[in-house]
Amino acid sequence: MHAMGSIWEYANPRKFMGWTGHALPWLWAIGLGLCALGLVWGFFFTGDDFRMGSTVKIIYIHVPAALMAINGYFLMFAAALIWLIRRQPVSALVGRAAAPVGLVMTLIGLVTGAIWGQPMWGTWWAWDPRLTSFLILALFYLGYIALWEAISDQDLAGDLTAMLAIVGSVFAVLSRYAARFWNQGLHQGTSVPVVTGGRTIDDYFFWPLAITMVGFFFLFVALVLVRARTEVRARRLSVLQARQAI
Amino acid sequence: MDLGQYAFEVLAAYGASFALLGAVVATTLIRARRVRRALEEAEARKNG
Repeated sequence: MHAMGSIWEYANPRKFMGWTGHALPWLWAIGLGLCALGLVWGFFFTGDDFRMGSTVKIIYIHVPAALMAINGYFLMFAAALIWLIRRQPVSALVGRAAAPVGLVMTLIGLVTGAIWGQPMWGTWWAWDPRLTSFLILALFYLGYIALWEAISDQDLAGDLTAMLAIVGSVFAVLSRYAARFWNQGLHQGTSVPVVTGGRTIDDYFFWPLAITMVGFFFLFVALVLVRARTEVRARRLSVLQARQAI
Repeated sequence: MDLGQYAFEVLAAYGASFALLGAVVATTLIRARRVRRALEEAEARKNG
């Protein structure tokens, strides 16, 4: 009980600003460093695939972005539950901070997938289960951001966006497992199954991809924390401005 | 390095991705700086 209590202390706004301030330089350095290493390795020092040719280099961006698009939504789901159950203000702000970053990751996944799909599948887009659920995920991200902007009462906005995040998490799950659920469509199954193992990608392509995936994870966390710190400051600013206006 | 017949696709994918990533990093840092300055000014007014 005491240990749980100490975990929640880190969500106290003052404490949150303290530990994130210390962690951020490391998160930026690791995220940018690993992204640079993985992308330079993948782009310049790996060859072509015998079927895909040089388009195989697109996976070094497409897969990490898609990974963080889905996991970003899971972060919003967790933040939504914490807000609804424990009313921790920082959790609502972390969810709000994650949405634009998650949306960008989703757009990168969609754009790079379309560019890759045109020469490989002969089409930019298909109403394939994974592609469609990914597009719906992007729309949920947009709706979540729009809802936050539309409601001035921050507690009400936290409640409604939390509900939307929970509903939308179904599509995050579908995006991840669509190829397995329906076993049809153009999009192939997961090349790097983290849980079950047995990856279908050769080590030659896997290592730069794995490094970039870890880099994207740290970059995502750094961006979300910077944005969450800004939201904490913005809330404090609005309180001060309201007091000074009286 | 020769990207062969798919050079346009590969470069377009990387270009679009870097543009989107650059945009989210830039907007994040610019807003963070703007809000931090505004808060410092508001706190200075409150204390002064």
